[in-house]
Amino acid sequence: MIQVTINGAPVSVKPETTILQAARQAGITIPTLCFLEKNDPLGACRVCMVEVEGAKTLMAACATPCADKMVIHTNTRRVRQARKQVVELLLSEHDGNCQLCDRSEDCELRNLAADLGVRDITYQGAKAAPLMDTSTPALTRDNSKCIKCRRCVTVCSSVQGIGALFPQGRGFSTVIGPAFTRKLDGVACVQCGQCAAVCPVGAISEHSAIEDVWRMLDDKTKTVVVQTAPAIRAALGEAFGLPPGTRVTGKMVSALRQLGFHAVFDTNFTADLTILEEGTELLTRLKTALVEEKKVALPMFTSCSPGWIKFAEYYYPQFLPNLSTCKSPQQMFGALAKTYYAKKIDRKPEEMVVVSVMPCTAKKFESQRPEMNASGVRDVDYVLTTRELARMIREAGIDFNALPDGEMDSPLGLSSGAADIFANTGGVMEAALRTAYEIVTGRELPVDNLHVKAIEGLEGVKEAALTIKGTVPEWSFLEGVELRVAVSHGLGNTRRLLERIKNGEATYHFVEVMTCPGGCIGGGGQPRFTDDSVRLKRIAGIYAEDEGKKLRKSHQNQQVLDLYAQFLGTPLGHTSHELLHTHYTERKTD
Amino acid sequence: MSDTTGNCCCGNCSLTEAQIIEELEPMLQEYASKPGGVIPALQIAQTRLGYLPEEVIKRIAHLFGKPYSEVAGVVTFYSFFSTVPRGTYLIRVCLGTACYVRGGNELLQALKHKLGIDVGETTADRLFSLGVGRCFGACGMAPVLMVNDDLHQRVKATKVGEILESYRAQAATQAEKEAVKA
Ligand code: SF4
Ligand code: SF4
Ligand code: SF4
Ligand code: FES
Repeated sequence: MIQVTINGAPVSVKPETTILQAARQAGITIPTLCFLEKNDPLGACRVCMVEVEGAKTLMAACATPCADKMVIHTNTRRVRQARKQVVELLLSEHDGNCQLCDRSEDCELRNLAADLGVRDITYQGAKAAPLMDTSTPALTRDNSKCIKCRRCVTVCSSVQGIGALFPQGRGFSTVIGPAFTRKLDGVACVQCGQCAAVCPVGAISEHSAIEDVWRMLDDKTKTVVVQTAPAIRAALGEAFGLPPGTRVTGKMVSALRQLGFHAVFDTNFTADLTILEEGTELLTRLKTALVEEKKVALPMFTSCSPGWIKFAEYYYPQFLPNLSTCKSPQQMFGALAKTYYAKKIDRKPEEMVVVSVMPCTAKKFESQRPEMNASGVRDVDYVLTTRELARMIREAGIDFNALPDGEMDSPLGLSSGAADIFANTGGVMEAALRTAYEIVTGRELPVDNLHVKAIEGLEGVKEAALTIKGTVPEWSFLEGVELRVAVSHGLGNTRRLLERIKNGEATYHFVEVMTCPGGCIGGGGQPRFTDDSVRLKRIAGIYAEDEGKKLRKSHQNQQVLDLYAQFLGTPLGHTSHELLHTHYTERKTD
Repeated sequence: MSDTTGNCCCGNCSLTEAQIIEELEPMLQEYASKPGGVIPALQIAQTRLGYLPEEVIKRIAHLFGKPYSEVAGVVTFYSFFSTVPRGTYLIRVCLGTACYVRGGNELLQALKHKLGIDVGETTADRLFSLGVGRCFGACGMAPVLMVNDDLHQRVKATKVGEILESYRAQAATQAEKEAVKA
């Protein structure tokens, strides 16, 4: 251990700890802009400067390792002045129009300026020319608000392994963005929105659908229904001051009713449905391989995460046959709302409007994919992020925290705990195992409280193996088979896993991939800011939601069983094939 | 942007850009295995082609396993890389102090107007590219401009048309000669 002194108090830290980490450990706040947890420090923004006794210049706390007996001061006049100067300089070049900016509630630059007591801007720099990019369905970029901290560059290249954004040019005219300052649709971007999730200012955000949704809610000729993704119920509360992980499912339902939606439904319902379709698909593939001894694409990959789908279409087209043909729960819901449900309430698909609330920006892209019109019209019309829903709730003047708990509507509103855990990494796999094991053996998944511990948590790639014993006659060919599964989240981790599979270094039967670190609970549309501590709290909230339900297995969801009995027939049957399954298209990278 | 039918910049051969790019491939591949090889690879391509067409930048990004945006970032960082083709004649107007005060800027404006291009651009017929310089060491004869290696002194804005015409004529004779040879 190394002994340092911070602001007069002794702190002992492990070797290689940076000053920033040491300060955080001691509960001392040092502001940061360019630094991103778990990534190499850039040392670029200089807002984290501290005074180290014996050093001539101020040091960047994020990039300076502690040395034994180091004496550090984080709040001297010199430090405060220097930080203030950095922020003033940023503001002088910044197209600040906070009143009209969509970050006004949670802008880090604005907060930093307030915290540091910036009261006026001494310099008047040349402002960068505006360069709006609305080329993609998922994101808007406004370069005039960019403070060039490069967090988006780090997340896109190091965390997601894509590299759509890089500094272009040099000096004052540097622009952070796609090649040759082109628009985002000109490069291979998967629309995950992780760049928007880490941006400290209003330079990258979701492509807003708020106005469209208000317009639809005002249109008396339309029946507007809403579906809510599993991951938002453990995060939406953050936008109203509640701690991360607070479960607000009931309040969310009440808020959506007050906003004027005709019916409030659950994407969880189609998550349960996905388990039945995808589970059957997996068992069918295994049967083809083991009984018929025919060639079939294994491992099978989950297909609920649209960023991952686009990633595979760009970078791993050889694995497209391995992707489950199941649409994502969002798209299954859209297709059913405009057929099954529309018929029940005697409306035509054209008279229905389906709005989704998602933790995700890539879902906006997914809803616009040309093939997503199984009902004859666009299956999902508008996608709001968790952040956008929070904004609409505020716009409507609803006192969210005072709302009573509402209940989802039927027939697309009931869900199991297995559907809840679609929200986090490992959850889809666990949900699938709960059902598949029971189908094959007639017994409950033999793990503690239905949780497969090995695939929980924030490790980048996780795996588990399960030997199948005591099969029912229909599935006896699986007797004694060791089912191997893997789970990855974050596309950088996924790339590493795919390379191992490609090179034959690892073999699995089933692989779950989620685009965003931590899974959907860490999605690009969630309340900012998301770090690992927030991810873990949201995950804990989701597991609590699961454990709080009696119904914890998808195949026991009565509304899903009714849907099969009344409308779909059997999993993978003809209607399912038409409405719930899809295909993929190879894409050229730049 | 992605016109690959143009000819090699050396003026002595008639390889198409696509052929040159093909020729370059093995050399670029060799660099791809070296750390820090991106910049030399870009330099080689630019020397051979006179500029960096989009396909070549993409090709290099692929060979090096780097994102296109990252390689584009390198290209835009260094001023010696150019993504527009060089014309046969590179015109550089001196904007050093002496030339500037004696009408260098008017010269530049006149050229922009006559050629219909901005600084850093090339005419559609790939005959002329426009650039600026900071003193060619001929301040006594300001304002000056260079066309490739020829120095033109005490140029008046009204005369730039004549200068351009003389190079157009030169290019035409050159083309005729080549046609005869062929
Ligand atoms: S990014 Fe922040 S500082 Fe800039 S205009 Fe928006 S709220 Fe204001
Ligand atoms: S959306 Fe994802 S892939 Fe696209 S630029 Fe942002 S981080 Fe990169
Ligand atoms: S877009 Fe946002 S995250 Fe990216 S460099 Fe600019 S301010 Fe930083
Ligand atoms: S956070 Fe340390 S230099 Fe930016």
